[in-house]
Amino acid sequence: MIFSFDLLAEALIFGVLLGCFYAAVSIGLSVSFGLLDVPHVAHPAVMVLGSYATYMVAGYGIDPIAAGVLLMPVFFVLGVLIYRFYYESFEKRGTEAGVRGLAFFFGVAFIVEIGLILVFGVDQRSVEAAYIGSSLELGEYRIPYRMLVAFGVALVLTFSLTVYLSKTFTGRAIKAVAQDEPALRLMGANPVRIKQWAFGIATGVSALAGAMLIIVSPVEPAMDRVYIGRTFCVVVLAGLGSMTGTLASGLILGIAESIVLMFFGASWAPAVAFGLLLVVLGIRPQGLFGR
Amino acid sequence: MAQSILEVRGVSKHFGGFTALSDVSIDIAPGERFGLIGPNGSGKTTLINCISGALRNDGGSIRFEGAEISALPAYRRTRKGIARSFQIPRPFHSMSVLDNLLVPYEYVAHLKESEAERQAMDILRRIGLAERAHAPSSELSQVELRKLELARAMAARPRLLISDEAMAGLSGSEVEEVLKILFDLNAQGITIIMIEHIMQAVMRFSQRVVCLDAGRIICEGAPGAIVKNADVQRAYLGA
Amino acid sequence: MKFWIAAALFFVAALAIALSGVNEYFFFAAYVVLTAVTLATAWNILGGYAGYVNFGPPAFFGIGAYTAVVLFKWLEAPLAAQIAAGAAMGGLLGFGVGLLTLRLRGIFFAIATVAVVFIMETLMINWRYVGGATGLQLLRPPVIAPFETYARMLFVVAAFMAIASVAIARYVQGSWIGRGLRALRDSEEAAEANGVPTLKLKLFACVTSGALMGAAGAPMPMYLSFIEPASTFNLSYTISALGGSIIGGMSHWLGPIIGALLLGSLQQIITVTISGEVNVLIVGVLLVLFVVLAPEGILGLFKRWLKASSR
Repeated sequence: MIFSFDLLAEALIFGVLLGCFYAAVSIGLSVSFGLLDVPHVAHPAVMVLGSYATYMVAGYGIDPIAAGVLLMPVFFVLGVLIYRFYYESFEKRGTEAGVRGLAFFFGVAFIVEIGLILVFGVDQRSVEAAYIGSSLELGEYRIPYRMLVAFGVALVLTFSLTVYLSKTFTGRAIKAVAQDEPALRLMGANPVRIKQWAFGIATGVSALAGAMLIIVSPVEPAMDRVYIGRTFCVVVLAGLGSMTGTLASGLILGIAESIVLMFFGASWAPAVAFGLLLVVLGIRPQGLFGR
Repeated sequence: MAQSILEVRGVSKHFGGFTALSDVSIDIAPGERFGLIGPNGSGKTTLINCISGALRNDGGSIRFEGAEISALPAYRRTRKGIARSFQIPRPFHSMSVLDNLLVPYEYVAHLKESEAERQAMDILRRIGLAERAHAPSSELSQVELRKLELARAMAARPRLLISDEAMAGLSGSEVEEVLKILFDLNAQGITIIMIEHIMQAVMRFSQRVVCLDAGRIICEGAPGAIVKNADVQRAYLGA
Repeated sequence: MKFWIAAALFFVAALAIALSGVNEYFFFAAYVVLTAVTLATAWNILGGYAGYVNFGPPAFFGIGAYTAVVLFKWLEAPLAAQIAAGAAMGGLLGFGVGLLTLRLRGIFFAIATVAVVFIMETLMINWRYVGGATGLQLLRPPVIAPFETYARMLFVVAAFMAIASVAIARYVQGSWIGRGLRALRDSEEAAEANGVPTLKLKLFACVTSGALMGAAGAPMPMYLSFIEPASTFNLSYTISALGGSIIGGMSHWLGPIIGALLLGSLQQIITVTISGEVNVLIVGVLLVLFVVLAPEGILGLFKRWLKASSR
C-alpha cells in the first residue's frame, strides 16, 4: 500500500462524485422503503432493468440521459402496478406479511435478474456518449466527464425530490402517510393511492438511476446484488425517510469505498458498503437523521 | 407495615430528547387494588413497560418483593411473578385459545402438558372462554381477545397482575364481566394494578389511585379524593 | 417411532442404491437434491418456526465448505472431521448472526444476513491460502470402501445429513422449544411477557440452523474437487432454501422436504434439458406464485383439501 496525499486527494474527489452517484441511485429506495416501509429488496434489480432499458433506447441514437428521462413515465406506471400488487397481496392482510413480502421481492429480484440474463446474456453492456471516455483535467487530477454528468444529475434529482416532498401538496401527503396513516385517513385522503403514487415516483426515479448506472460503468445482470448493499447502506445510514440525509450518507459511502479502492484494491471495495451497513445496523439502526 | 410488593423509586425514562417518565415513585402493598390514571401520553404504558421489563428504565430503581429487578429481562420478571396484559391484544395468532395459555404454563409454571391443559381449561371456564378453547385465536372478537389477554396473564400465576386498559371500547355489561374477573383474582390474593380510562371502573375497583401527567405523578390517594383534585381535572380537561 | 423406522429404511435404501449398478449421474443429481433438503430444513428452523427470514444460507454453506478446505489442506483431515468442523463454524457464525436479532427484525435482519454473505465472500476472495478469487483445486484421497466413487459416497453422506437435519427439526418442532419459537414468531413482545426467553431461543435457532447449513456445505469441495468464492457464496442457495420451505410449507418439518425434493428434482430436469438460468428463473416464479397465492405451501393446500373433502 503506497500512501501519499496526492492519492488521498484523488480518492476523495472521486469519492465525492461516486458518493453523489450512490445517493442518486438510492433515493428511490429512500422513498419506497424509507417512507413507505415496503421491503423493496428488488429496488436495485429494477434499477438494473432501467439500465438495460436505457441501453435499448440509446441504441436508437438517443443520448442515455435523455433515454433515462423518457423511460421515467414508463417506470412510474410499472411502480404503481408493483405497489398495487404488493398491497393487494400482502399489506392488506397484515400479520404474516413481513416474511411473505420479503420473499416476494426477493423472488422478483431474481426473476428480473435471470430475465435479463436470458434476454441479454451475461456479458456486460455499455452505452456511448460524448462525455463517456474522456476526462476533465483539473491541475494534477483527471476527473472522468461521465462522473461529473452523474454528479450533476444526482444533485438535480435529490434537490427536486426534496423540494417535491416538502413543498407540493402530494409530496407532503406522502410524508404524512409515512408518519401517521390513520390521521391521514381521518382527513379524508386515501393512503393507498398516495402510497401508490409515491412508489411510482420512486420507480420512475430508478429509471433515471439506471441510466446513470450504465453511463458510469458497463452493466451486467447480476449487478443488482452488490447494489443491494450500496443502496440499503445509504438509506439506512441516512435514517429512514430523510432525503437530504441520503446525500450525506451517499458521500460517506462513496468516500469510504473510494479510499478502500485506492489503497487496498478492487477486491475489497464491494465489501465496504455491506460492512458499513452491518456496522450501522449494529450500532445505530435509526441512522444519522432517522425518524 | 408489611413490606411493599412493588417499590418504584425515582424512575425515569427518555426516548431521545423526549422525557416519558420523570422521577416516578410508587409503593404498592401486597393484595392491593391499585389504579393508575392519566391522560393519553402521560406515560402510563411506559411505566408499565418499565415495571414488566418490556423497556429498561433509565434512572431509579424497581424492587419486586424486596429484590431489584430493573436489570432483569422481561421473561425473568414474569417468572418472578409479574404478569401484564397488553393494551392492544397480542394473541399468539397461529395458536388456539387453549394453546395460547399453554405457553405461560410451559415457560413460567413449567407444568407437564396434561396438568397444564387441565388448569388452563379451569381458567377459561372462570373467564367465560371455555367453549372457544379450541378455536383459533385469530377468530376471536374484541372482548374475547381482551379476556384471552387476561386469561394468559392469569396462566402465568402472578402475584402482581398489571391490566393495561383491558376494558377499552367494551360495552357496559362487558366492562362488568371483566371487572368481576379482576375482583375475583384480587380476592385470591393477587395484587392488581389497573390502568383504565373508564373512570367509574377505576373508582369502583381501586383502593388507591395515582394520576400521571406528562411523565410525573401529580396526585395520589383514595379514589374519591383523586376525582375532586384540581390538578387531575386540569390534566384531563386541559386548563 | 414410525419416523425412525422410515428414516432407517430410507438410509438403508440409500446405501443399497449406492452399492448397486445405478447410473453414476443419479448420484450427482441426488447429492444436490438431498443437500437442498438439508438446507431448506435448516433454514426453516429459523425462518419458518421463529419467523426470522435469513437471506444468508450461502454464508453458512460457504463457511462450512471453506472450513473443510482449510482442514483438508492443513491437516489432511478426513471427511467426518471436515463436516464436524464445518458444523462448528456454521454454528459459530449462527451465534453471531443471532446476536444481531437483539436489535434487528424483519427486513433489517434479512439485509444484515445478505451483508454477511458478501463480507464472507470478500474475505475468501482475498485469502490466498484457499485460492482467492480464482479458487483452489483439490486432490481427493482415494474413496473409502465399499463405495466405488465419490459421488456414491457423498450421496450417502448427504442422505444421512438430510435425515439428521429432519430429525432435529422434528424434535424442535414438537418440543417446548418449538412452542416458544412459535410464540415469539406470533408476537415477540407477548412471548417475552409470558416467560419465553426470546433471545435464548433465537440464538438456539440461529446456531442450530447455521450448524446444519455449515455441515451441508462441508462435503461440497470434495464433491467438486474444487472451490471458488463466487459459486460458493451464490445467492441462489438462498432462493433454494427459502423456496423449498415456502413452497413446501413453513410450519411443519415435512414442508421443506416436500419443497426441496420437488424444487430440486425440477431444477435437475430443467438444467439438463433447458439451461441453468431458466431453472433459477422457474424457482423464482414458483416462489412468487406460492407466496402470493398459497403462502402455507403445499402442506397448507393439502390441509385445506382435506378439510374440504371431509365435509
